[in-house]
Amino acid sequence: MSVVENNAIELSPRISEADVADYIALLKPRVMSLVIFTALVGLAIAPGHLHPVLAFTSILCIAVGAGASGALNMALEGDIDALMSRTANRPIPRGRVTRPEALAFGMTLAFFAVMTLGILVNWIAGALLAFTIFFYVVIYTMALKRWTAQNIVIGGAAGALPPVVAWAAATGSLAVEPLLLFLIIFFWTPPHFWALALFRSDDYARAGVPMLPVVAGPDATRLQILLYTVVLVAVAAAPWPLGYFDAVYGVTSLILGAGMLALAVNVYRRRERSEALRASRGLFAFSIFYLFALFATLLIEVVARAIAPSIW
Amino acid sequence: MADKQQPDGIVLTEAQKKSRRQRSIAIALALGVLVVLFFAVTMVKGPAVLVRPM
Repeated sequence: MSVVENNAIELSPRISEADVADYIALLKPRVMSLVIFTALVGLAIAPGHLHPVLAFTSILCIAVGAGASGALNMALEGDIDALMSRTANRPIPRGRVTRPEALAFGMTLAFFAVMTLGILVNWIAGALLAFTIFFYVVIYTMALKRWTAQNIVIGGAAGALPPVVAWAAATGSLAVEPLLLFLIIFFWTPPHFWALALFRSDDYARAGVPMLPVVAGPDATRLQILLYTVVLVAVAAAPWPLGYFDAVYGVTSLILGAGMLALAVNVYRRRERSEALRASRGLFAFSIFYLFALFATLLIEVVARAIAPSIW
Repeated sequence: MADKQQPDGIVLTEAQKKSRRQRSIAIALALGVLVVLFFAVTMVKGPAVLVRPM
């Protein structure tokens, strides 16, 4: 009799108590904000005029697509999120949202984001957004993340695509400029994430995620951070001599790059526990400011040119 | 006759009812935004809304 009662309890459907805030958390709002900003820059530097309603639609679809990727990523990584202190408070490890609910939420948002962008703006942008979501969810989350220490290097392509999608939304085509923005974010990703992984390596080791500090050790990671930062500074400055972006951008990128390089050298040199921790935290924090400031420079130039074309 | 019948099936708690109401409102708002978006873009594009550039 008691067995029957127990079965009855187990078979009773689970009633969700998840509120809107839990579903917003699934979208990874902080990642979304960076995606929105980089996409906005891609849209702003694109030639020609895009009607504000279409521009808003494009940014909204890219943002929702990024949110969908975040929700699908959390649905697929619920097991490892529960093991890491940084992610243990996410809605799935906390039991607020189940994996099937997060999957359904992510798939629905991805479908609507891609279809809306394709129908209302253009299908090149829609297809690129679909590819971005596919790359982040299938290539990065399902294939690379638990398999190779190069996970965030290759997976970084997904995070670098939003300005390209935005450019395609504005022009219906691709060009060198958005690919330069892509390369900047692509080479920014390894120093940014490996700086985080250096001070969260215990977390990643516990979860069995083969991040570079876990697999190759902190010293090898420090060297890789330095090398990628050198490439990043060069790639970020290159559009100036190549004639794609002007001197204001070029000088800003060199100043910001000097800061990034100094902090990367600091990470490379400081290997004592507390100093090393402080150095990697410093680089991680500055890397966010670096990308924001670099892209903000492009945005400010576009706005300034629109307001006072004679000066610029 | 005056006795109230116990409801059959699952009875939601107040917390469950509140979160479900919140989710329903959020879905309604999202659908509303989608409708407004399609309407606005149709107005902006005019007849060109039927042109589907690749």
